[in-house]
Amino acid sequence: MHPFTYQRATTPAQAVAAVAPAPGAAFVAGGTSQLDLMKEDVLRPSLLVDVTALPLTTISALNGGLRLGAGVSNTAAALHPEVAARYPAVSEALLAGASTQIRNMASLGGNPLQRTRCPYFRDPAQACNKREPGSGCAALQGINKVHALFGASNSCVATHPSDLAVALAALDAQVQVTGPNGPRTIAFPDLHRLPGDTPQQDTTLAHGELITSIDLPAFTGRSHYLKVRERASYAFALVSCAVALEMEGQKIRRARVALGGVAHKPWRVPAAEALLAGKKPSEKLFRAAAEAAFADAKPLEHNAYKIPMGRNLMERALLETSGLQPLQGPAGTAFAASVGGVSGE
Amino acid sequence: MVEATGKPLERVDGRLKVMGAARFSAEWDVPGLAYGAIVSSNVAHGSVRAIDSAAALRAPGVLAVLTHENAPRLQPMPEKVNGSLFRGEGGITETRQPLQNATVEYAGQPLAVVVADTLERARHAASLVRVTYDVRPPELTLEASTRRTLPETFTGNQDEKLQVTVGDPKTALAAAPVKLTRVYESGITHHNPIEQLASIARWETRNGAEFLTLYDTTRGVENLQEVVSSSLSLPKDNVYIICPFIGGAFGSKGWMFAPPLLTAMAARVVKRPVKIEWRRQDMFAVAGQRAATRQTLSLGAAPDGRLTALQHDTQTHSSQSSGYTEPCARVSRMMYAVPNLGFAHQLHHLHLPSPCPMRGPGETVGGWALECAMDELAAELNLDPVELRLRNYAEKNPETGKPWSSKHLRECYARGQELIGWSKRNPKPRSMREGNSLIGYGMATTMYPAARRPAAAKATLFADGRALVQSATHEMGNGAYTIFRQISADGLGLPVEQVRFELGDSALPAAPTSGGSATTATIGPASLAACRNVLAALKQLAIRDAKSPLYGATADDLEARDGRLVRKANPAQAEDYGTILRRAKLPSLEASGEAKPGEERENYSFYSFGAIFVKVRVDELTGTVRVDKLCAVLDVGRLMNPRTAHSQIIGGVAMGLGAALMEETQYDPRSGRAVVRNLADYHVPSMADTPDIQVEWLNIPDPHISELGARGIGEIGCVGTPAAITNAVYHATGRRFRSLPLTPDKIVQG
Repeated sequence: MHPFTYQRATTPAQAVAAVAPAPGAAFVAGGTSQLDLMKEDVLRPSLLVDVTALPLTTISALNGGLRLGAGVSNTAAALHPEVAARYPAVSEALLAGASTQIRNMASLGGNPLQRTRCPYFRDPAQACNKREPGSGCAALQGINKVHALFGASNSCVATHPSDLAVALAALDAQVQVTGPNGPRTIAFPDLHRLPGDTPQQDTTLAHGELITSIDLPAFTGRSHYLKVRERASYAFALVSCAVALEMEGQKIRRARVALGGVAHKPWRVPAAEALLAGKKPSEKLFRAAAEAAFADAKPLEHNAYKIPMGRNLMERALLETSGLQPLQGPAGTAFAASVGGVSGE
Repeated sequence: MVEATGKPLERVDGRLKVMGAARFSAEWDVPGLAYGAIVSSNVAHGSVRAIDSAAALRAPGVLAVLTHENAPRLQPMPEKVNGSLFRGEGGITETRQPLQNATVEYAGQPLAVVVADTLERARHAASLVRVTYDVRPPELTLEASTRRTLPETFTGNQDEKLQVTVGDPKTALAAAPVKLTRVYESGITHHNPIEQLASIARWETRNGAEFLTLYDTTRGVENLQEVVSSSLSLPKDNVYIICPFIGGAFGSKGWMFAPPLLTAMAARVVKRPVKIEWRRQDMFAVAGQRAATRQTLSLGAAPDGRLTALQHDTQTHSSQSSGYTEPCARVSRMMYAVPNLGFAHQLHHLHLPSPCPMRGPGETVGGWALECAMDELAAELNLDPVELRLRNYAEKNPETGKPWSSKHLRECYARGQELIGWSKRNPKPRSMREGNSLIGYGMATTMYPAARRPAAAKATLFADGRALVQSATHEMGNGAYTIFRQISADGLGLPVEQVRFELGDSALPAAPTSGGSATTATIGPASLAACRNVLAALKQLAIRDAKSPLYGATADDLEARDGRLVRKANPAQAEDYGTILRRAKLPSLEASGEAKPGEERENYSFYSFGAIFVKVRVDELTGTVRVDKLCAVLDVGRLMNPRTAHSQIIGGVAMGLGAALMEETQYDPRSGRAVVRNLADYHVPSMADTPDIQVEWLNIPDPHISELGARGIGEIGCVGTPAAITNAVYHATGRRFRSLPLTPDKIVQG
């Protein structure tokens, strides 16, 4: 780890004022991923500005939706009765991620900003354009089992690891940001970007911009999150899927679907969403939507398995959200989100 | 007095561990301590062109940077240590001595040590060291290797040859009415104990001579003392090694000599005590690993399922400077009554880190291949997998012809079938379904060689009635402190509360490296010998003391019971140990004892046996496998402590479950660097992956292994589990998986 200065802020303005002018400065909240990367010498901030004392730790009603303060812990958000009841996909995504200890430390503002789990990014001895622009991408010809199917470039094939972000993308959450040029609102699907030639830039946030809240719009449909991982608990998604489904009588009024583990950002599937709109839920329809969602997948050497896995998962997420198949556990819990469930009878 | 041995005594060091008071190797408070950080190789093959330490040396708090250019010189690694072959093909350890030359043989190889006054400064300065290389293309796969050998023995043991033919398996295979040949592959796995490698080295001058104290995460103080003293050209007695607690080893921490040597070198250079605590990332390069294997299994059988031939050929790998060879035929060589038996091991020397034993070395992945092949043969013959095993039940060791010391495997199969509900399953593959899941049942035989080695111990009786027994063995979480206290208490005729057991110290009576499931059978009898000897000395004190009620008795007249020597013929005549010592004006009385295996080893073949039965759920559309039920029924001799034994078995089973379903370390195919380097990406089973593991014991004493009748239990839980799970996945899906681990990417369909 490299030496750095540590500072505490008590207001968003103070935090922004401290970070914005210093190119090597960064905010720190729970630090659950950031500090690991600093110990690995992947991140080398000169200044860390602690934002945990900012007054951003409440969940409140907002225009029929909910405003989730950026400083709310993953645990607090997941267990909040309004979140669990009205946006079960959010609780399911949070509780299917990390461990209790990590969720207690991690914040909603920090979670979508966690860096990729690409092993080449995390090893400073490997070539990685995201860590060191221009050094190349070792994953392209390396072990790319956990890498992207969609939207990748020759510069970067990394995926975004957050579960929460996938649920927020499906729900069209809004991100409230403050920064050196004042506040602005970002539609959640626009928060993250594709790697292109500048994979070092994960998001559309400018340096010094701070997330202050994540706003969930009014929503009366059903939502659900489903995740496949290599072990039953405490593992990143191989593939995940969030669904937000609104019905009108027997028909789907609007379906929004986001995939996780397949791209540099939560991957919305507009073609599939269009196919679903106005139709009556059925296994056949959901299969067709899943086929459409993965039609443009571009597998690498080791990740082609994600195509059948992702199709099957998306179909099942739609079946479970629509009620054609039962949830595997109570809505809003990790049991509902975890494909395969836990071991034991 | 009720015997302590065999009772479920609570772990005597449990409270210390829960309270954080048990001192592990990195936790010793040594005044004046400096800290070392490692610079390791970014490349897998080549040589160091230059190491630029200038920036590191300018960084605050830095005391020294050791490289191959300035580090103290070391003697070569010894050829053999305490009977184990170290150097050469089949040798057990990496023989490369650290920082002695510029060659690079694997990525992650230590190239420099930066020493500073704090850990943070040392690690920061290490990141400032610039290394340039002359890179050569690494050989990283079995296909790419140019250096291939056929090691003769495993670690020089003449009883464990690696290239063996009994009868004529080739001809028998060709003639067999039923035959199959299958290739099974397993990936690299790491032990990943929670406690990482760590050493603290302190040099002193005593009477003009150099003296080194090492606090090290070793499970073999005796070997380490030998290697460190010879490497540093010191008399053996001038190296003192302490390790009272190990936070898990699983095969690691027995053969890692570079870490303590680097620490000793650094401490010598900076003339201060130095600590080096290895990072989790480093553990994937320097802490040993289970090598990948490619195993070809051929079985020939009569139409009734009786085996006529078994050929088991293994391709595996080691580093450039280790001859360690995963002995994959360890189960095949002994499990079934087969007249024509052959096995071979080819070793590929790659530019990857050195392997070493890992829980069930050879047995876990070799037994997996054999027990999967047996399942395939059963399917081919339309026979129940248990029935196939019973038809090939070995009444004696098929390789050596020796009778078993004790074998009750039939009972294990029978009880395991009851526990899992074997008869209630539909034996047809892919016939059982619940919701999204296919249901499958599987079984496998498990086993472990019941080794025993020579060891010594010392017993001391104190005038206050307490006692201490000591031996240089290790506590690795296995329960050594607990069971040796129980055994010693019985040996001394004292309640367990009055007896302490000490270990993990090179000044104590010699004991071998704790491993190979041999510790109970090795240290138990040595402790009993020491106890017997100290009681004999105590009897002589009493017999010769005119003031004792036992005066004039013969030793045979007396027995030790409840802390007293008692005349067998007249129990009213008795005297407690403390009174005898106090009257003799002795604060304590001590005696040593030694024990070793004898000619019983010539006459019998010593193994533990068992059966693992599992029920799995396979969600084929997403590739996930969950184990719903797992039953282990074991014949391991007499149990010393059912509570610690239960923990040993469920830990072993969980490790086998990890090997079956999730554990694997991949190395980059071009750079040779590990691409899995932390415990978030290296998946060991979580609680949610682990069902309630049912363990049952036959608890039948082995009449030949030792007076205790106990065989070891550290590894047998691990060995059969991967095959039982793999076979259950076949039963669930009707598909054979011949590559470990069975991760979702391999299973997913559609």
